[in-house]
Amino acid sequence: MAATALEGRSPAFIYRHTVLVRITHWINVVCITFLLMSGLQIFNAHPALYVGQKSDFDHPVLAMTARNTPDGPVGETTILGHSFDTSGILGMSYYDGVPRARGFPSWITVPSYQDLATGRRWHFFFAWLFFINGAVYLAASLATRHIWRDLVPSWSQIRAIGPTIWHHLKLKFPHEREYNVLQKLTYLTMVAGVLPLVVLTGLTMSPGVNAIVPWLVEVFGGRQTARTIHFICATLIVLFILVHVLLVLVSGVWNNLRSMVTGRYRVDVAGGDHG
Amino acid sequence: MAEMLSRRRFLLGTTSAAAALALSGCDILDDASQGNFRNVLASAEELTRATQRFFLSPTSMAKEFTEADIGKNFRANGSTSPDDPEYLRLAANGFADWKLKVGGLVETPLELSLADLRAMPSRTQITRHDCVEGWSCIGKWTGVQLALVLDEAKLKPEAKYILFTCADELEKTLDGSGRYYESHGLEDAFHPQTILAYEMNGAPLPIPHGAPVRLRVERQLGYKQPKYIMRIDAVDSLEKFGSGNGGFWEDRGYEWYAGI
Repeated sequence: MAATALEGRSPAFIYRHTVLVRITHWINVVCITFLLMSGLQIFNAHPALYVGQKSDFDHPVLAMTARNTPDGPVGETTILGHSFDTSGILGMSYYDGVPRARGFPSWITVPSYQDLATGRRWHFFFAWLFFINGAVYLAASLATRHIWRDLVPSWSQIRAIGPTIWHHLKLKFPHEREYNVLQKLTYLTMVAGVLPLVVLTGLTMSPGVNAIVPWLVEVFGGRQTARTIHFICATLIVLFILVHVLLVLVSGVWNNLRSMVTGRYRVDVAGGDHG
Repeated sequence: MAEMLSRRRFLLGTTSAAAALALSGCDILDDASQGNFRNVLASAEELTRATQRFFLSPTSMAKEFTEADIGKNFRANGSTSPDDPEYLRLAANGFADWKLKVGGLVETPLELSLADLRAMPSRTQITRHDCVEGWSCIGKWTGVQLALVLDEAKLKPEAKYILFTCADELEKTLDGSGRYYESHGLEDAFHPQTILAYEMNGAPLPIPHGAPVRLRVERQLGYKQPKYIMRIDAVDSLEKFGSGNGGFWEDRGYEWYAGI
């Protein structure tokens, strides 16, 4: 696969990311940042998750609460009946030095103070931008067969998944034209799975959308389940970002960044060094 | 309200947001939340409203559930026990003296007692109540369709909004600006599921849920469904009421169109 590097003016560089991929990628970075921060602000208005159509307030699947103890205020997170002390981060955290009962802490929400109305303004503005950006990406990627060509792994790649995992564990990253099988599967899961799902579950929390397409919220098991799935998707997106940024850093940060800005990516040529 | 979001404004918002992100720091985002940038963020509301209105027909219905779906504890939010002296006097008498005043831009102003409303054709619906905070409850509501009341009062052609004035003060103020009020456009006011509910789960509407009458507007969030209704007025503009944004929560930064 590395043999395809001999094109363009420099034998070591290839044109990796189309302008569409690069622009939509960076718009996504902005959108997802604000969507996550404002989403946590909205979550803080009622920091509990349920399953079904309605909220069974006595049996949340997840809840962040605060209570006073003789030793001071405590933050508690309860997941499926199991409670954890999350003081200072979840349930109870400090804002301006004062302990507050709030789901997520102020440093990760926008605005920092509790303000649902404003959190919603941020969220829906960037939700629209994220939706338009994603729709443009998906439409163009289907039209140019980008998804099929670059994101769906070949059988030979899938068969060699073991060695690829081994390379990752050893932090050895061959620089090739094609994404490796783990990249392909991860990106495909995100663009064709998690990201559309986060949009759809977000939409089904809207009573207006429910009146337009009543069956969609049923597919997700009811409005409160949809809200829970929305939260799980957001968590998966955070996990993706953590791993994605980590791998960008350890697999040649400048090469990766350059390719996502200018499109040019340096590949390993046979016999070349792995710098 | 009809101005569509311009692409330039949207792009401007994007680049400013990117700049805010680059500078980072919570203070900058907090400032952007309150400053001129807020108008850019708020422009998304019009896009949402126009899009939902495009896909919603006047008769698109909110899902109606069965008796088995009704929850045991329907949360009462906002005011749960108004302390307005006039309201307390009416409540003490089981709202026998309560009269719903219908006025403003109508041909025939009305004063309707609870008995008058009960004498009109009723509608019962089991629906899901979605609070802006994120939780949902399911309850059964019985009442008279707002459309029937408005038809009886006969709207003047210039009427564009229906304004609801309530008995509860959700925020204590000296000038009365904390009194709850709400408004709807005519499409929602005349929607078949928009009812003045006087019964909840088969019993007279309890005080925590808005006795004697609350509004149900099933295609929008809970704060668009005022409780403790005292007056209904047909108006041509929302500017003269409260801070001019069409409702108690709207005056405090929430969207007037709460379909999401």
